[in-house]
Amino acid sequence: MAKVRGAVVVEKEGCKGCSLCVEACPQGVLALNKEVNSRGYHYSYMKNPDDCIGCSNCGMVCPDTCITIYRVKI
Amino acid sequence: MDIKDIIKPENLVYDKSKLQIDTIMHYCPGCTHGVVHKILAEVIDEMGIQERTIGVSPVGCAVFAYNYIDIDWQQAAHGRAPAVATGIARTNPDKIVFTYQGDGDLASIGAAEILHACNRGENMVVIFINNAIYGMTGGQMAPTTLLGQRTSTSPGGRNVELNGHPLKITEMIAMLPGVHYVTRQSAHTASTVRKCKKAIRKAFENVMAKKGTSFIEVVSTCNSGWKMTPVGANTWMEENMFPVYVPGELKDNDKQVPSEKN
Repeated sequence: MAKVRGAVVVEKEGCKGCSLCVEACPQGVLALNKEVNSRGYHYSYMKNPDDCIGCSNCGMVCPDTCITIYRVKI
Repeated sequence: MDIKDIIKPENLVYDKSKLQIDTIMHYCPGCTHGVVHKILAEVIDEMGIQERTIGVSPVGCAVFAYNYIDIDWQQAAHGRAPAVATGIARTNPDKIVFTYQGDGDLASIGAAEILHACNRGENMVVIFINNAIYGMTGGQMAPTTLLGQRTSTSPGGRNVELNGHPLKITEMIAMLPGVHYVTRQSAHTASTVRKCKKAIRKAFENVMAKKGTSFIEVVSTCNSGWKMTPVGANTWMEENMFPVYVPGELKDNDKQVPSEKN
């Protein structure tokens, strides 16, 4: 079991579905949702939330700054 | 552990800078402008210079930059941002002035302004977004377009006999004695974003210490203009842009021994 757990909150309406965060994630946590937001973009979401380590790579590369990251040691 | 237990204010590690206004940017999905805006807001916020910073926005996609970062802005005529910034910096020596320009603005119509402002060593930061295309007007060929690159005005690829060579304006600027710091960065992966942020912070510190012009080129993507996906555009940039526009430091007067200084 990982010693660090993280969580990502994607602001659904701000996301434009560019998938740069999906590429940047080293753990394969993020994916694009099949559903769309009000502007028609497939927004990013946590597909495998248990694997997140809170490294904040996704937040760094997000052009629309719609990702907030939390991390906790266990 | 449940996700709800992790998402608590005390566990927060990364959040939107409070200088960034809560407007959804008009840029296309995956545009590098958004990343550079974010870095700028973070640097200005961390240095605590919000009240003292004046930005000059260009003509191009970044013309609406004043809608996204909560500082003072002035919008300049096409290519004339360095001239406007010169006036602001000279009349307000206590302010920190930066220009934010694209390659069509800085390397084409504004080539004279940027070269002379840098040669005079005006005390300002220049952020140069180089995506090798005119993004706003529909993907026309820019001075920085690579040889063989297809754009809407060079559908067969840029031809050296007809269109000349790509302009490496950052190398030209590094030769000018008035410039203090010249670097070329990119912002497509987490590590390059961190490096780019460091470079922008160093540039703002140089201006606060009144060391002269600091010039930062950010090699960027324009996935709409290049007709690619955002991820595909990043890969294309690594394979094709980096051999011509090699990232790295081109000039830093801080690191030179005094006898070598211009």
